[in-house]
Amino acid sequence: MTGAETLAQKRPVSVAVSPWRPFLPLVWLALFGVLALLLAVAVGSVAIPPAELWAVITGEGSSLHNTLVWELRAPRALAGFATGGLLAMAGALMQILLRNPLADPYVLGVSGGAAVGALAAMLAGTGAFLLSGSAFAGALLSTFLVFGLAHGTGSWTPARLLLTGVVVASGWGAVITLMLAVGPKDKLPGMLYWLMGDLTYAQTPWPALVLLVLVCLLVIPLGRSLNVLARGPLQAAALGVAVRPLEWTIYILASLLTALAVTTAGSIGFVGLVVPHMLRLVLGNDQRLILPACALGGGALLTLADTLARIVIAPEQLPVGVITALLGVPTFLVLLYRSR
Amino acid sequence: MTVLETRELIIDIPERADGRPLSFRMEPGQTWGILGPNGAGKSTLLHTLGGLNQPRSGEVHIDGTSIQKLRRSTIAQQLGYVFQERQDGFPATVLETALIGRHPFLSPWQLEGGDDLAMAEKALDRLELRALENRPVSTLSGGERQRVALATALTQNPNIWLADEPTNHLDLRHQVAVMELLSEQAKAGSTVVMCLHDLNLAARWCDHLLLLYPNGEACWGESESMLQPGALENLYGQPLAKAEVDGAPVFVPSYK
Repeated sequence: MTGAETLAQKRPVSVAVSPWRPFLPLVWLALFGVLALLLAVAVGSVAIPPAELWAVITGEGSSLHNTLVWELRAPRALAGFATGGLLAMAGALMQILLRNPLADPYVLGVSGGAAVGALAAMLAGTGAFLLSGSAFAGALLSTFLVFGLAHGTGSWTPARLLLTGVVVASGWGAVITLMLAVGPKDKLPGMLYWLMGDLTYAQTPWPALVLLVLVCLLVIPLGRSLNVLARGPLQAAALGVAVRPLEWTIYILASLLTALAVTTAGSIGFVGLVVPHMLRLVLGNDQRLILPACALGGGALLTLADTLARIVIAPEQLPVGVITALLGVPTFLVLLYRSR
Repeated sequence: MTVLETRELIIDIPERADGRPLSFRMEPGQTWGILGPNGAGKSTLLHTLGGLNQPRSGEVHIDGTSIQKLRRSTIAQQLGYVFQERQDGFPATVLETALIGRHPFLSPWQLEGGDDLAMAEKALDRLELRALENRPVSTLSGGERQRVALATALTQNPNIWLADEPTNHLDLRHQVAVMELLSEQAKAGSTVVMCLHDLNLAARWCDHLLLLYPNGEACWGESESMLQPGALENLYGQPLAKAEVDGAPVFVPSYK
């Protein structure tokens, strides 16, 4: 199964089949996402059984449960969901932009810039708010740096953008290593956790969630143009796509999504690379379906991973990036192996 | 019914002199062949005609409007391409690939409807690809992919066809089938322009020819007047022998 039969399913066996039928998987993914969120608020140091959880949701829970759910677990679960969704969508967009299946949200150095910003804030001993701001500034700086340099004086091609991004990313990597080497020992664990991706620092889920919804609404009408762009810029231009403006839009959107994701939860690897591919293997390659599916699937996956990260070696917590990779690698390899 | 016209057009080929400015008029019902040796600028000319390449100077007009003043989406409703090179970076089925030909006609929120699907399937039927419609394009042979590209353009159903080596990779029977398809399009009122390497296909199917020389010189006109062995030998730098088969001239390289 390549799953590329989504359109074929649409082919009328009877005329009554709705043209929206290929979008049915989104409903399942949304349900999966809700279940993941419920699980995330239910389990932990104090488990909340389903009946109690329902009481909390309807506003009749005990005050301990209310505090646990609404003040501690729900914000973190939602932040995880939003981050996963942002990363998966950014990855899918980058893969289309660079027409390279190996692209991920970090390939153009966005996370490197964010990491340098965040680590600098940690070294300076600032609070969590400044840390987020510093990470976001680093991500944007890196974005503009890569874009400006790739533009240069010559032509702008995906290969050139990719090379510039990869080189800038290794530059950030060197700076990060330098900071880790010279940083005080007591700050090292926090810095390493941040680098591996960690939702402990997540302040509030709202900016990430709002951006996720907005970008979904913006990107779905672009979906068919992106389908055409995936066949190459020349074919896309011949079919009426304004290629350059579309590429700029994708680039800016993907960078913004990544910047906010990294700011929320550090650099969580793997979600942005693998979730889009997993969904493509199952659902085919229609971006109108894949992009919202990435938002939901990436969100659900990261929420589950973070729940595991909280409970596996409780009361200690693992960085969520470890879990995403440990879960994602085998799942992806099995899917890839079984695909045609 | 769309006229494609150039006014003092000079295509932009790096480090080449301007050559002769092109001012021609390609009309509905006509089938034009662009002939020339490798690197003469056939593809560049074809891309310039559709606004995909900027000319060095001069203008291309679609029905009297300069192509530079038109939006890409408007151009795509009139003008369809069959490219020589194709990128299949991401997997897609044959049917999905044909269906993107409807892209210029759909608004952003619109899904492909039954009519669009019917057009794509008709195009696949026409190119004998219906049996392959659920196959990933990446698993097809070169000739089958070439036919998928033609099916995409046929689904787009443009008034102006710009085809770069439409018979590339095709076996003899499909070469003829594709030339018949393009000639049908012209008879139905489309303007058909194609780059060709095969002089004999050009001689058999094109009513107008444009000869493009490596130095930028060019000449064009009705096929009978253009198919002079001397001019063609000069064009390719290759002695040719001419014969007549089934009422059409046939050229083969002469080894004398």
